[in-house]
This record gives sequence, structure tokens and C-alpha cells, in this order.
Amino acid sequence: STLLELSYLLAALLFVYGLKLLSHPETARKGNLWAAGGMGLAMLTTLLLHKNAAGGGISLVNIWIIIAAISVGALAGWIISRRVKMTAMPQLVSLFNASGGAASALVALLEYPNAMAGNVGSILVTVLGLIIGAVAFSGSMIAFGKLDGKVGDVMKPFMTYFNLGLLIVTLALGAYLVASPNPPLQMLWAIYLLTALALLYGVTFVLPIGGADMPVVISLLNAFTGVAAAMAGFIYNNQAMILGGILVGSAGMILTVLMCNAMNRSLLNVIIGAFGGGGASATG
Amino acid sequence: MESVLQFFFTHKEAIFIIALSIFLGIEVISNVPSVLHTPLMSGANAISGVIIIGGIILVGHADLSTFSLNLVLGILALIFGTLNVVGGFAVTDRMLEMFKKKKK
Repeated sequence: STLLELSYLLAALLFVYGLKLLSHPETARKGNLWAAGGMGLAMLTTLLLHKNAAGGGISLVNIWIIIAAISVGALAGWIISRRVKMTAMPQLVSLFNASGGAASALVALLEYPNAMAGNVGSILVTVLGLIIGAVAFSGSMIAFGKLDGKVGDVMKPFMTYFNLGLLIVTLALGAYLVASPNPPLQMLWAIYLLTALALLYGVTFVLPIGGADMPVVISLLNAFTGVAAAMAGFIYNNQAMILGGILVGSAGMILTVLMCNAMNRSLLNVIIGAFGGGGASATG
Repeated sequence: MESVLQFFFTHKEAIFIIALSIFLGIEVISNVPSVLHTPLMSGANAISGVIIIGGIILVGHADLSTFSLNLVLGILALIFGTLNVVGGFAVTDRMLEMFKKKKK
């Protein structure tokens, strides 16, 4: 409905305004609250006003299930964010980013059967959302583990080639799923294989990168989660999701570069430098 | 190929949004001081939880007459999404609160 579209527009504007305020020290806290308000608005109006293709709204039983699920997530998020030590903030951001990536991957996975009934474009955004979301999830979990001291650095010379190969295989399978015209429903196994490959890539992508570079990697994976959410926005043709997701994707990408600059490193140096054997010693 | 073009045509507004919001994202944060890097990353992370809208739509129109694994996964997606949103905004607020105290 028009009211829903207007609320999405308002939410998107609040995201932009919130990010703008967040980048100045005096207004940062206010900006965070504005962005949170935008999110709350988009959630509430979706719950009350969303109609499916057949014009049916969300029924009361479903609303209660959604409220229950949201309450669980909100309570857990609130408690975790209050209890954690101040020094553990970066890994907490990584954990929440993993959570968002998992949500994106799950939504894409569940929408895949519907996308198959649609056109190539809808399969494309679903497959991209799945791959990017899954990489963001497993990669952020490894980054969390590293900062929390649970996962060590694994720097083996062959990992560069292994990662490159794995990335090519993952993208090739994704491309195959997109390009194969009218895939039979039995091909659902392929989407599970793709999920597994993407999850594995997230792990092997972050494993060799030095623990000190994790904030940069988290920022990069955060940009990934944004893009994954935007892909899901395409599935639902939802402007708030597309704008919010791409906004985080581009702002996150620039922030990643700024963080690299603050350390006098290039992004490529951070990602590839780990394979050079000496971390920061690689010349870029 | 034709259907890809068709997809772009039917989503041309969305393509405009993408092109403009890429520049918007770059412009909005390009002058951020380095002390705000982590809070900004955290705040942006919370916004990427906008995937929760997809979760609400997914579970909202789910068929409840039969139990399915899909429903369970959809609810899981909702929980994960909310964790990202609420946890993200809450932790950003806590970081900025600390930041403010430090400045005083």
C-alpha cells in the first residue's frame, strides 16, 4: 500500500540521516537512535500493512509468531550488548554481523524455490544473496573467534591457491544455477552444496588474515552483509531493504578503506599480505 | 541474456536507487574522524539488519497449516535478524556513551 511505501521512504531517509549524524562526534549518539527509529518504523509497518501478491495481509497467528521470534532475538541482543566487557566490543560487532549474514543467507535459501519459478534475474539476486550472506556469516564467526582468542592464525602457503580455487568453484556453481534454464526441482541439492561452499569460503578467507587486521575484515564483512540484505530487497522489491543494504555496503566499503589508511595499509595488502608469510611485511 | 535485461528493466527504479545510494554512502561518511570508526561500523552493521523486513514478510505469509522445516528456518532468520538489529543499535549506543564520558 501507499502508506507502507511512504514508511519505507521515511525509514530509508532516517538510515541516511542517522549515518550522517553518526560520522560526527557530537551528534553520533543521536544518529544511532534515528537509524534505530527508522528500523523500528519499517518493521512495524511491514507487520501491519504488508500484502502478498494475492493481496492478503499478514494474519493474526503469523503476527504473533513474528512477535515471539522478534522478542527472543531482541532480548538476547539486548542482554548480550549490556553484559559484554567494553574491551570485547569489536568481536561483539562481528558476532552481530554474523547473525545478520545468517539471516540473509536463510532468507535467500528459503526464497530459492520461488525464485526458480521466476526469471533469471530473480535467481541471480537470490544466489548472490545466499553466497554473500553465507560468506559474511562464517567469515564473521571466524573473525569473532580470532578476536576472542579462540581461533589462531592459520597461514599456510597453499591457502592462497586453495582460496582462489574455492572462490572460482563457488562462483561457477552459482553461475550454473543462474544460467541453467528452468532447473528441475531435484536441483535443490545444488543450492545446499552452494551454501556449504560459500560457508567454507568464508572460513578459509578469514583464517589466514592476521588477528590485528580483524577490525578491517569485520568492516569488510559488514559491507558484505549490507549487500546481501540489498539482494534480498530485490527478491521482495522492497526499497527500504535495497537502499539500507546498499548504503551499508558502500559506506562499509569506504569505512574499510579509511580504516586501512589509518593503519597505513592498503586493503589488498591486508587481505593478500597475510599470505606473504610476514603479515605486514609484504610490500604493497 | 534477454531475461536478464528484462529483469533490469522491471527493476529500473531499484537500479537507480542502488546507483544513487552508493554515492550517498560514500558521501555521508567520507569525513569521519578515526575515533568514530568502530561505532560507525557498529551502527552500519545494525542497519544491515534491515534483512529482518524480509524475515517478517517470509514468516508473515508462511503457511501454518502444516509443520515445515522452512517455517523453522524462517523463524530462525527472524531471530538472527533481530539479534543483529537490537544488539547492533544497543552496542553502538553503549560505545558512544563511553565515548562521551571520555571526552568530558
